[in-house]
Amino acid sequence: MPAAATYAAIRFGTGLSGRHPPPAGGDALLAELDGPDRAAERFPVAGFEARRPVSAEFLLLRRAMKSGEALDRERLRSLTRQMRETARRDALSYLARGVFAADTFRERLTYFWADHFTVRARARSLRGTVTNYIEDAIRPHLAGSFGQMLTAVITHPLMIIYLDQQNSIGPGSKVGRTKGKGPNENLARELLELHSLGADGPYTQADVQQLALLLTGLTARLQSGTVFMRTRAEPGAETVLGRDYGGGRAELADIETFLADLAVHPATARNLARKLAVHFVSDTPDPSLVEHVAAAYSEGGGDLRSAYAALLEHPAAWRDFGQKAKRPQEFIVSGLRALDPPAQGFTEQKRKDAERAVFGPMARMGQKFQQPGGPDGWPEEPQAWITPQGLAARIDWAMSMPRTLLSDLPDPRGFVDRALGDAASPRLRWAAAAAQNRWEGLGVILASPDFNRR
Amino acid sequence: MTATGRRQFIKGGLSLGCSAAAFPWLTGMTLAQVPGDNRLVVIVLRGAMDGLDVVQPYGSGVIAALRPGLPAGPESGAFDLDGYFSLHPRFGDLMPLWRAGELAFAHAVSTPYRDRRSHFDGQDMLEAGTGPDVTGPLAREGWLNRMLAGLPGTTADTAFAVGRDRMRILAGPAAVRSWSPDTALELSDPAQQLLQAVYAEDPLFRDAGAAAMELARALALGEESPGMDGMAGNAMAGVAGPGESDALASFAAARLREETRIAAFSISGWDTHKAQSRGMAPVAARLSRAILTLKAGLGPLWARTTVLAMTEFGRTVRQNGSGGTDHGTGGLLIMAGGTLRDARVHGDWPGLDEAALYDRRDLMPTADVRAYAAWVMRGAFGLDRSALESRVFPGLDMGADPGVLA
Repeated sequence: MPAAATYAAIRFGTGLSGRHPPPAGGDALLAELDGPDRAAERFPVAGFEARRPVSAEFLLLRRAMKSGEALDRERLRSLTRQMRETARRDALSYLARGVFAADTFRERLTYFWADHFTVRARARSLRGTVTNYIEDAIRPHLAGSFGQMLTAVITHPLMIIYLDQQNSIGPGSKVGRTKGKGPNENLARELLELHSLGADGPYTQADVQQLALLLTGLTARLQSGTVFMRTRAEPGAETVLGRDYGGGRAELADIETFLADLAVHPATARNLARKLAVHFVSDTPDPSLVEHVAAAYSEGGGDLRSAYAALLEHPAAWRDFGQKAKRPQEFIVSGLRALDPPAQGFTEQKRKDAERAVFGPMARMGQKFQQPGGPDGWPEEPQAWITPQGLAARIDWAMSMPRTLLSDLPDPRGFVDRALGDAASPRLRWAAAAAQNRWEGLGVILASPDFNRR
Repeated sequence: MTATGRRQFIKGGLSLGCSAAAFPWLTGMTLAQVPGDNRLVVIVLRGAMDGLDVVQPYGSGVIAALRPGLPAGPESGAFDLDGYFSLHPRFGDLMPLWRAGELAFAHAVSTPYRDRRSHFDGQDMLEAGTGPDVTGPLAREGWLNRMLAGLPGTTADTAFAVGRDRMRILAGPAAVRSWSPDTALELSDPAQQLLQAVYAEDPLFRDAGAAAMELARALALGEESPGMDGMAGNAMAGVAGPGESDALASFAAARLREETRIAAFSISGWDTHKAQSRGMAPVAARLSRAILTLKAGLGPLWARTTVLAMTEFGRTVRQNGSGGTDHGTGGLLIMAGGTLRDARVHGDWPGLDEAALYDRRDLMPTADVRAYAAWVMRGAFGLDRSALESRVFPGLDMGADPGVLA
């Protein structure tokens, strides 16, 4: 059975590294969260607000172009180029943290919550800004209050745009009455089903409809960011999950009050506890693990650090290694971490190189970067990833990347220790030594079940 | 790896699934040793297609008032089907099929899913082919997989999930293939043998690895084969963007020309909450091209092929505040193929009067979409009614034969 440090690095981090010692165990992982975010300091990514002016200008120019107005075409071209390059650099910086930083529990939590609160940036004007959304709505709240993360996410322009909230109007509001427009239920539904209570949670279609009305007024524009427009807010109180919200002069605080209540709802605690256990430990987690995490979450009033501490102190988190398969993004990050290419220049890679090493293979493995099929994010089950095409793409990456990235290939017999430590099976150690050349030995290690499971 | 070694590897990987082909539940006395010559393609339209905008009840009189921003009927450029329904203008490429009797629809159909209107639950139920009363493993399997157990002489090649999307509809105990046409895999024989060794004791990796290597080899051979036409060749090249569904369809057609009898893939993008008049264009093009690519790629086999394009639920009868429609209930099934009896809009049309709507907002479902699929499987593969109603779609009442197939 692997040592606690192996579990800590592989199950709760982005894997072992020849450069950094692994965290000793659960306390060391929590200490990472209590310390400064050194990975973000070393690989900075701007928040969405910093990107918004460029997106807004791009949108105006595109609209002008579509309607045939006069415009500065050179400016549009230069903005397009700038947005493309910024998006690539931000995405690579985001991934570089898991590849090169010493502490990586924070990265795995970031992946987890970014998936829990999936958004997509479909419009051209928003290209690549999911990374920036994660940076300001998710990352600051990783070890804090879930209610604060929930509020930051639900009031974020990207979530508002992704789930059509900017088109939702109270039918009895000023705008609704004059234009005959009505609510859009998309955000309300996903907020209950995916973000909090869970698909089998205690809510009805009437709750969805009432919540949709409560959310009216919350909207976003690229020119101004998130705004609350009272002229679109449905007047009167709404009853959601048995409690009345609003009723006075409509304001954002009504929505925030609801989100704070939702965050500490017992069904939210259970749903989040189950999701954490499923993501980090097993698709069929020990019920006592889920209960323990849910109880700590509730006792802490929705405090996420307490939930992680409960997860990490439970014995089920430290046994039965390998029940989960790394998702493609985790696989590529951990593969790069083990290979340890030069950090310098990683975030400045050219488009073609980044496509070849990172984003193209990730898509072929089944995970198109930041483009899941729907707001429920990426699947958890190993069976969803270790398919013939998914595994073929992992093997292809494993066999070709070492030669592409490293000028001097390590000996596979040493690399198996560096990448897997005591999680490597005797069979894999034998195969690594039996390879006909170095790159195939490294490829077999990276493509092995030992390396792809956690 | 030597030819023998590789074959053993492949065989080892497949043996699990082959044993799952249990007792055939065939009608009649002919117990064929092969699953027959007919082909079935199921396209899962993810995101909830607005059936009322695809096959528009322009004869109803009230549609214009309910949907002022979503014009219907021949006057708006749609194609008249039968004097009451018209086909959305963006599906015009399919009109030759309609004229040839190779395109049909079933309107006001749904799965047993009601009220919550979640894409994810709705798709799960559509693919599981079960009702809300069913939970546990059965609800995580797909009905196309359960259907395989009723076919004689199946192998893992009999059914194919195509593309990068996970196809729950084919998940289950019977072995099936899955492959995305843009996957490359080149391995030396020694590397392949080493991987075989490290995968040997992990069934998930062993089976996926065996299938991957066999597919990569089959595709490599296929590319050189003169039997493959240019269209199938294109599917092997890297594909992305709007051409992706063409690639899925031509890859599916290439497999269906061989041993495969059942193929499934997805086309996403139907969740038109806003500006639907714009949003329908690209998805309509994807679906039309996928169907036409199947027909072209299958050649004479098109006469033996049935295509079912089904979605998790329909959309609201009324347009919403943003020029789109929200999640609804009753929807549309699209059927195509040379096996169809005639071009027709099937179904028991409930009308759009307020009192006729489900929950006063959605098209009232008047038939179970699974019944159509069941009758197609009965006609094309000879599956017996009681097996369809008890095992493939547990609890389904197939009702009277809608007469879809010739």
